[in-house]
Amino acid sequence: MIVVVDYGMGNLHSVTQALKKIGAEPVVSDDPTLLAQATAIVLPGVGAFGDAMNNLREQGWIEPLKAAANSGKPFLGICLGMQLLGDTSEEHATPEEGDHAGLGIIPGKVVRFTHELKIPHMGWNELVWADPQQPLVQGIEEGHVYFVHSYHFVATEQTDVLATCDYGHPVTAMIGRGTVYGMQFHPEKSGDLGKQLLERFVALSAEIKF
Amino acid sequence: MLAKRIIPCLDVKDGRVVKGVNFVNLRDAGDPVELAEIYDREGADELVFLDISASHEGRETMVDVVRKTAGEISIPFTVGGGIRTVEDMKRMLRAGADKIGINTAAVVNPQLVADGSRWFGAQCIVVAIDGRWNAQWNDWEVYTHGGRTPTGIHVVQWAQEVERLGAGELLLTSMDADGTKDGFDIAMTAAVSKVTGIPVIASGGAGKKEHFADVFTQAGADAGLAATIFHYKEISIAEVKADARAKGVPIR
Repeated sequence: MIVVVDYGMGNLHSVTQALKKIGAEPVVSDDPTLLAQATAIVLPGVGAFGDAMNNLREQGWIEPLKAAANSGKPFLGICLGMQLLGDTSEEHATPEEGDHAGLGIIPGKVVRFTHELKIPHMGWNELVWADPQQPLVQGIEEGHVYFVHSYHFVATEQTDVLATCDYGHPVTAMIGRGTVYGMQFHPEKSGDLGKQLLERFVALSAEIKF
Repeated sequence: MLAKRIIPCLDVKDGRVVKGVNFVNLRDAGDPVELAEIYDREGADELVFLDISASHEGRETMVDVVRKTAGEISIPFTVGGGIRTVEDMKRMLRAGADKIGINTAAVVNPQLVADGSRWFGAQCIVVAIDGRWNAQWNDWEVYTHGGRTPTGIHVVQWAQEVERLGAGELLLTSMDADGTKDGFDIAMTAAVSKVTGIPVIASGGAGKKEHFADVFTQAGADAGLAATIFHYKEISIAEVKADARAKGVPIR
């Protein structure tokens, strides 16, 4: 059972449908206790980082999510869901409170684009694998996927970066550490390539024993 | 590199696709969900649904169309038409739309742009602007209500204002070019694209495959939108893309 985390941030319909289409059995849930039974976890999300962390906190998700990730349960964060895996975000940060804290599962910080290009980074950009032999991407051809974001993930360890795309500079498009993965783009909105990457995540999840 | 997008637009009335030529003379061209799937397969980068239903029932039908479409296609889509409140936005986003287009409602109530952006994120809020050349002003003027009502607002200023309010993208339609098939309005698109920091979708006037490459290279548009030429198979998306790619435009 793949649990799609419903914490009130954005539409879960598309990602759930995409998972169903590739034969997975997603369960959308607002109940953190269900994570214990999950074989894999998908953390989607659209919106602001601080709001997302507040929702996760208020609804009791933070500790169960961290515990699941640390136990080696397959975990995929999508878009904002990937950014939440990091340590901090400067999105809507205030001078008084400083940056928002994230889940701290994959070391890194989320920062705003500072170049002159248009923001949001919106549309189809081309993935470049950091290591074509990495199990999540092995045998899958590089291509375009759909991005929509104004902040980007800067990983502390380069080895956690699985793919980048070029938007003024290399932008982190996929991260991975152990069984925890993140995709900055929307695989559910990214045509065949997005479908292949979701399929691979589901296939890898099925192999993992935890 | 970020690819330039080719976007077919589907005008939907009471759950069926129609297309107005110069906003009148509607013709029926089929089932929106089916057409959306076809465009997805043909390589469309995104879709726009414009709901032109006049009745409450028609708009309810649109929610169903959005839900069905979201389950079938693997590209993003925007829904516009008849969106007046944050609640309207929420219903469409919940049904599976990726972005919400607002036009008249943004002019009537600019706070809607700010509220939508705050609630759902700037990336969800597309402000549609219908512009027409005003010879007296020697500048472009914003029209609302499907192009019927002049507002006295300058297009370029309005674009900057909605960006400031929190719009994530602009859908800029030239009423002068719309229906002519003589090409996009390069001058107006360039004027807006030059002064805004958010993506601009050019709309109105596409008649030949070359028109898309023109608006990308000459006007700095991030996407090109068309309806009729795609619906009636006058040009395929593949042809448009091949032409632009051959001219060095980054294309998916």
